[in-house]
This record gives sequence, structure tokens and C-alpha cells, in this order.
Amino acid sequence: MLVMILFYAFSAVLIAAALGVITTRNPVYSALCLVLAFFTSACIWILIEAEFLAIVLVLVYVGAVMVLFLFVVMMLDINVEELRSGFTRYAWLGWLTAFVVILELVGVLAARRLGVDATQGTVPVPADYSNTHELGTVLYTQYVYAFELAAVLLLVAIVAAIALTMRRRQGLKVQDISAQVAVRREDRVRLVRIEPEKRP
Amino acid sequence: MPDTQNWWSTIAPAAPEMYLATVICVILLIDVFAGGSRRPRLTGTLTLIALAVGAWVTLEYGSVGGRTPLFGGLYIADPLALVLKLSALLYVAVALLYSRPALARRGTGGEYHVLALTALLGIYVLASAGNLLSLYIGVELLALSLYAMIAFDRESPVSAEAAMKYFVLGSIASGMLLYGISLVYGLTGTLALDEVALRLTAEPSLGMVAGVAFVVVAIAFKFGAVPFHMWVPDVYHGAPTTVTLFLSTAPKFAYFALAYRLLSQGLDGISPTWTQMLAIIGVLSLIVGNVFAIAQANLKRMLAYSAIANVGFILLGFTTGTAAGYSAALYYTIVYVLATLGAFGVILLASRRGFEADELEDYKGLQARDPMLALWMMMMMFSTAGVPPFVGFWAKLAIFEALWQVGAVWLIVIGALAAVVGAFYYIRVVKLMYFDDAPSAPRGEASGALRLVLGVNALATLALGVVPASLFDLCKAVLG
Repeated sequence: MLVMILFYAFSAVLIAAALGVITTRNPVYSALCLVLAFFTSACIWILIEAEFLAIVLVLVYVGAVMVLFLFVVMMLDINVEELRSGFTRYAWLGWLTAFVVILELVGVLAARRLGVDATQGTVPVPADYSNTHELGTVLYTQYVYAFELAAVLLLVAIVAAIALTMRRRQGLKVQDISAQVAVRREDRVRLVRIEPEKRP
Repeated sequence: MPDTQNWWSTIAPAAPEMYLATVICVILLIDVFAGGSRRPRLTGTLTLIALAVGAWVTLEYGSVGGRTPLFGGLYIADPLALVLKLSALLYVAVALLYSRPALARRGTGGEYHVLALTALLGIYVLASAGNLLSLYIGVELLALSLYAMIAFDRESPVSAEAAMKYFVLGSIASGMLLYGISLVYGLTGTLALDEVALRLTAEPSLGMVAGVAFVVVAIAFKFGAVPFHMWVPDVYHGAPTTVTLFLSTAPKFAYFALAYRLLSQGLDGISPTWTQMLAIIGVLSLIVGNVFAIAQANLKRMLAYSAIANVGFILLGFTTGTAAGYSAALYYTIVYVLATLGAFGVILLASRRGFEADELEDYKGLQARDPMLALWMMMMMFSTAGVPPFVGFWAKLAIFEALWQVGAVWLIVIGALAAVVGAFYYIRVVKLMYFDDAPSAPRGEASGALRLVLGVNALATLALGVVPASLFDLCKAVLG
């Protein structure tokens, strides 16, 4: 019963947040709504005992991707009017996508009625079953080679990003605070006696 | 402890990869704390030492008698992998050696060497890939390192453009490969290449043919074969010559491994589907590569089109679908890359501060200015053109022989015609060096030791041409 209440509560928040993503005019609010949507999705995943996926969703999407996204949105000066200018021109594409998505949703929901039971043959897991443990076991035994190589791949990405962007430019104007503090009057001000100009 | 020894013996053949991954981290840290701007040459020297030790590790642990799957089949240790790894390692080491003066002139950071090592690790992974997953990770590891290396010269807009082109097209190629892999996986239900080979049906389904087509497109993209060759001239030309040298040599072994592991091992059961595609791609590469190379005024661009044409020959070896064809293709790859290494080495050694000897004009009368360099360049050009007694001749002959065995006479005719057309522009370089008047161009400032290495490289093309049997027998043995 509690699970049902929680599920409907989270779902309501999720739908509200998802609507918020596409209805708010400010892109920053949109991104924040998306964060909320991800977070409530993670809560729903915990309800169906997919705790590892839920935590990864929060860590990766909320913690890293969305924060980066927010940074970009805040740094770029996005002109909303310009973005909206092509709205009617591409509206048909939006309708088409929406239609396809609805078809797919109907297909999924109607699958059981049509006799396709996706849950067939699945066995309920025992109470002490841990997703994280099982995934870890597979990752660190069967797929340890690929796992370690993926780590090297990330290392390459970091090295490349730093090597390509970090630079010490010549002639950069940087404040030298101690030099500024230690400055004396004689260094900056020169008193010049100017003779008054004679009237012609 | 006997238990530990037992555990180690199950993963010992993968020691080269573990060694490389460790050494990459160590060199990266040393570069940050001890090298960098203070001792710019330290990282380069360390990398060369690491490669020398790496050769020993590869030879010591990588040489296994037969086919040894490790990590549940993700990794395959076999003689072919050993040959590919040792060749790639040798070529990477020599390429870095040739690049040393140019890198020092430009003040390139130590990360360049780290990226070269990660690229080598990618080649190693590909050479030993026994599973579609490790195959793909190897491709990405190599590609990411190469993208960064091409963009390394940040001041040059040409090299930024080249990097962008290579990145975008390479990403598309990766996407194609991934899509092809997903179709193969979906229709066979397994990622392990051995299993894929077992589960193929004799008559491939439409989805499988589509998957094979995507995979072939990706391989052609990576090799730079026509019609997916557009990036090759621009990237070869735009990238710093040190990177072009790297790009045009060792990665070819990785792409050979990609094609061999994926097509000849995984998809062997439906070889008629992909041999036809490769035949068309190969023939187009031969024609386009050789014809366009004639019109180039820039030596790097000319060598880029020459690379396209030579890739055509390698792919023709694959079209036979026989062990003889694969060993001819492997032989051709080793031999062709040896001459390319020397040719780009000459470009690097003929350059000096503020002067890049990459136009054909720059080679006019090189014989008068620098007779030794001209002689080495002539040997490289003759070898690539396929003039006997240089080794390039035997490589072309091996490909023709393999094609003859399967009765593909029309491919031999086109290949021979293309080789004749190709001989024109290689020999034109020799003519420029020996028979044209010398403008007063500056002499290269390379040290005597590097000239010696280049000499050994050039004499190797001659020596292997005089005694071709041993290397060819080796290629036959590992693919037998």
C-alpha cells in the first residue's frame, strides 16, 4: 500500500516536472525541472528494486551531466526568440515524433493484452539479492578486461582535453597583487611644472 | 604461493597490455612532476625506453604456441597478434625517434608521447580482440588518441581543420561500426567472434548483409579507402608531419587486425557478401588513389593518395577470402608501412626550424645538397612503386599470386595497371631529386644518429627485397 502511494506521488511529481521542462520559458528553470524529473525517476526505480541504476542516474545525470548542462546554459547567452523562430516550420516534425512515441507507448501497454508477456520466465529474486553486487561481480570478473580498458579510454579523454585546452599564453595581462601593494608614489606620479601659456 | 602463480599463468599472455597501461600512467605522472617545461626531452626519452622494454615484454609473454583465449574470450593471444604488436611497436618507436627534432623545435608537451602510447595500446587491444566489445574499445582508444594528436598544434588553423574533419568523419565511422556490430549481435545473439562464426547461417539474412555492409563501410573509413577516403588527403596534409608519420604507419596494423578479426574470423561463413564489397572498394581505391596522386604538388598530399592506392592493394588481398590472401595482405601492410615510415622520415629530416620540406618543389636537386637523404628517399620511392629488387615488388607479387589462385584475373589486371600509373609519380620524385637544378634551399638539421636510423630503414627495404622469403614465410605461418 505504501509502495502504491509512493509510486503515485513520485509519478505525479515526475509528470509535473516533465511538463515544467517544456513549458517554462527560462532555460535555467527548464534544466532544473529536468533535474527534478531525473531525481523522481530514480526514486521510482528504487521502488522496483533497481537501486544501482537509480544511484547511477542521480550520480551521473543529475550530478554531472545536468550540472554541466546548467553551466553551459548559464554561460551561453541564448536568444529565446531566435530559437522559437523555426517553431512552426518544424512543428510537423514534432507532431510526427509525438505520434511515433504514442504508438510505441500503446504497443508496450497493449503487449500483455495481445498475449506477449515480457515477464514470462522471470524468477522473483530472493530478498538478499543485490543488483550492485551482481553487476560488480560481472564487471570485475568476466568483463574486467573491457572495464579496465574503458577506464584507459576515459584517461585518454582527460589527457587530450587538458593537453588541447590548457595553455600558458604569452603576454597575458595578469594582476600582480604584491607589486600593486608595494607601489610607491614616485613610480606612478610625475609632477610636471607647466609654464602658463603667454597670450599672443 | 602456488595459488598466485596459477592465477598469473591464466592472464600472463596479456602482460604486454598491462605493462603498457601501467607505463602510460607512470610516464604521465613523471611528465607532470619532473618533465614538462623544465625538461622537455625527458618524456620522449622515457617513452622510447618504455617501448624498448615493451618489445621485450611483448616477445616474452605474448608469444604463445597456439590460440589462447583469455578473460572469457575477450582477449585472444595468438601468433598473428604477436606479429602485429611487434610491428606496430617497432614502427611507433621509429616514428617517435624521427619526430624528436621536430617535436623539440615546436616545444610539444609530453602529453604527445602519452597519447602515442595510448594509441599503441589501442592497436594492441585490436590485435588481440576476440570479442566485438574489446574490438570496439580498441578502435575507440586508437581513434581518440589520434584525434588529439592531430589537433596538438593549436596555433595552426590547418591542423585544427584536419583534426575536426578526422574527428567528425571518424565518429561517423565509429557509429557505422557500432551499428553493424549491433546488427551482427542481434542476429547471432553473441558478442564473441568465435561464437558469431559458429552461429552464422550459410545463407545470410537481409539484416546480416546490412550489418556486414555497415562493418565494411567502417573498415573502409578507417583504412581511408575510396569512396570513404575524403579525409585522408586533408588530414595527412593538415596534421603536423610528426603526426602524419604516426597516423600513416602503426594504425594500419590495427585496421588490418580489425578487418581480419571481424571479417575473416567472425564473418568467415558469409565471406562472399563482404569480398564483393571489398573488391569494389579496393578497385576504386587503386584507381582514384593513383590518378589523383599524379596531380599533387605537395609531397604529403601525394603520399596520402598513395596511401589510398596502397590500401586498395591490402583490401584486394582480403577479397580472396583465403589464408594466402590474408598473409599477402599482412605482408603488404608490413612492407608498405616500412617504406612510408622512411618517406615521412625523410620529410622530417629534410625540414628545419621555420622550413617544412613538404612541397615537391623542395626536393628539386636534393642530391646535390644532401646526397645521402636523396638516396634513402629514392629507395623508399622505388620500394613503394614496386621496383625490383626492393621489397615492395614482392609485396605486390604476393597479392597478385593470391588473386591468381582464386582466379580473379580482372583484379590482377586493374592492380597491375594501377601499379604502372603509380610508378609515374614515385619516380617523378626521384627525377626531381636527381635531375633537376637545385634552388638554394636550406639543409635539414637532423643529427647523424637519426640519419643512421633512416639509413637502416632504407636498407631494410632493400635487404628484405633481396631475401624476401623469411618475412613472407612468417606472415604465412601466423595466418596458416
